[in-house]
Amino acid sequence: MEELSWGSIIARVFAQFWPVWIGMVAVFALSIFYKRRLGLYGKLFDSSIGMVGFAIVLFWFFTAIFADTIAMYDPLQISSGMKNKVPGSPLADGTGYYLLGGDSLSRDVFSRMVMGAREVLIIAPAATLFAFMVGITLGLPAGYFGGRLDTFLSFLANLVLAFPVILLFYLLVTPEIVETGIPKYLAAVLFLFPIIFLVILFNSRFFVQPKKRNIYIAITLVIGLWIYLGLAWNADPLGIISMQPNILIVFVSVVFVNSPTVFRIVRGIVFDIKTRDYVAAGQTRGEGPWYIMLWEILPNARGPLIVDFCLRIGYTTILLGTLGFFGLGVSPDSPDWGSTINEGRRLLSIYPHPALVPAIALMSLVLGLNLLADGLREESLRD
Amino acid sequence: MLKFILRRLGTMILTALCLTFIVFFLTNLPPNLEKLAKSEAGSRISDAEVQSWLAKNGYAQPLLVRYGEWLGVVPGWTDETTSGQMTGRCVKRGMTAEDVPTFCGILQGEWGFSTVFKDEVDTIISRRLGLTGILMGFVMLVMVPSALVIGVLAGMREGSRLDRTLSTASIATTATPEYVSGVIFIAVFASSAVGLKWFSGTATSAMDNITFNNFTLPVLTIALYGIGYIARMTRASMAEVMTAQYIRTARLKGVSFPNIVLKHALRNALIAPFTVIMLQFPWLLNGVVIVETLFNYKGFGWTLVEAAGNNDIELLLACSVVAVFVVLVTQLISDIGYVFLNPRIRIS
Repeated sequence: MEELSWGSIIARVFAQFWPVWIGMVAVFALSIFYKRRLGLYGKLFDSSIGMVGFAIVLFWFFTAIFADTIAMYDPLQISSGMKNKVPGSPLADGTGYYLLGGDSLSRDVFSRMVMGAREVLIIAPAATLFAFMVGITLGLPAGYFGGRLDTFLSFLANLVLAFPVILLFYLLVTPEIVETGIPKYLAAVLFLFPIIFLVILFNSRFFVQPKKRNIYIAITLVIGLWIYLGLAWNADPLGIISMQPNILIVFVSVVFVNSPTVFRIVRGIVFDIKTRDYVAAGQTRGEGPWYIMLWEILPNARGPLIVDFCLRIGYTTILLGTLGFFGLGVSPDSPDWGSTINEGRRLLSIYPHPALVPAIALMSLVLGLNLLADGLREESLRD
Repeated sequence: MLKFILRRLGTMILTALCLTFIVFFLTNLPPNLEKLAKSEAGSRISDAEVQSWLAKNGYAQPLLVRYGEWLGVVPGWTDETTSGQMTGRCVKRGMTAEDVPTFCGILQGEWGFSTVFKDEVDTIISRRLGLTGILMGFVMLVMVPSALVIGVLAGMREGSRLDRTLSTASIATTATPEYVSGVIFIAVFASSAVGLKWFSGTATSAMDNITFNNFTLPVLTIALYGIGYIARMTRASMAEVMTAQYIRTARLKGVSFPNIVLKHALRNALIAPFTVIMLQFPWLLNGVVIVETLFNYKGFGWTLVEAAGNNDIELLLACSVVAVFVVLVTQLISDIGYVFLNPRIRIS
């Protein structure tokens, strides 16, 4: 078989993404049709920047979901004679093509990029969500009560923020530190916050309906602690939920780095909102401080928080890439984009494609998230 | 004002102490010390030998005591070998017992000895910092003017086509981390296979002799990430100023548009970006580490990676002191500068 021309490479890659295109068309058609009933999400489709951003994010979202269908080969499969082959090279046995070429270990660059999307899109949003839980749970009381609590928590947050990120990663992720179990204890602390958050959330809401409250809190505790045991301690009694130790460390360090910034944002917003009249009204009605924080202040702070959430997923993706770039944490065979860039950069000036493909993928995802955040900000400011 | 600065300095020192202690704690965990012992005394020594090596070299003391020694507030340990020779933290070759100082920590200017580079830490750090300083200087020279120009151009007519184009471009550059833009730059401008071959893909030669050829790509890579961010901040602040009452007055008076922008709006619009530029320094540090690794430019960032990768305790501690110092000082300058630039802000 002959090498493919650039035109047919693009056509074949385009065809390979067919489930993504179908998914995107469906989501866009439905969303635009019902956009007046969908609130802020629907308004997104009035801004062209927001729409472009949403399309890019959606593309990677569907790529991650359908990665098994899109990827042509196993990301670890080695085919003889395909080492550093240029894009469009046929396999030696003539059964197919490496559409975007082969890497230094004769693996398919295209399939690795697609499978890498899945790795990134599982870790980045989840880590951002956890960081938000931690930041909100600590930022609300710090901003609302102020005083000593605020001074102490702000000092801690500034402490983490003053740390150069890369130094922190090196200190947390090296095998010697992992051996001592420090990342694990950190995970044990950080993973508690979502449970605390949800328990306080339900407790303050249904405080006057003890029956309902007890049911909600019991469900949260059972499911929460089950997941907690599985994720943080790898001790799930049913053996369903677990996390690879090296992924756990990466996850924890990313959450740890992100949460102080979220804390500062939440604290700043709460400082602003707590002077409003409706908060004073709530206080006069005799509502508890946690009810006011979680059910009066937090919903009114959602605009900036949603925007920051989008931006922060992008930032987390960059951080994950940084970790991979320095070869920290994730296993060297992992197809995630940072590690692939790191692997490809050694032969960058001779064979640029193995590093270039994940680099562009990462850039486009972060760009999409930034554009989406920009569109959301614009639309949420409009009313 | 003085009280404010003093309080800030107090917090700064406390933060610095906490941070260095955390680094000290993490680098001095038992597995790290064991690794150090094995790399210094031979990799095949037994556990008992590891313990005795650690005890002989002062590592067996409590952590807080050793932190104090490193800081220079606790007397350095001393010991005598079987042959009656004096050993200790502060003992150097050729010293007699009377010459040995009691304290030798960073407060006395003793930064220790690097196990990776086999040299005094302070000479390594000063040399590497100098190299990074040159890189940072060029980055600032490229980044700040271009970011401000882009931001002012975009912000002076909000919503215009120029604004849209420049804003999207700045979003794109902030979405491109250094390791991505660096890889793309090398592939496009320096690849020997397909690229344009305009520049060199490594900056190792730039350590002795900076040329346009070997220094453009690293500088551009770091600057690009910051340009977008500063430009967006400048744009936002410029757009806000342009809606102010006094600008409208100036316009109604018949002042020409370039005059309004340059004479009336610009100064007020540059207050917010000033803080952002100062706070960008710690970020640059991050970029510097990535770019120096990518382009093999052996400056401060490269040293940090080497020290962290090889658990070179004293060098790593010195690196973190420098890094923390940079972060805290820029925060302080940005706070004070903000107050000076904007007299409406009062601190107390």
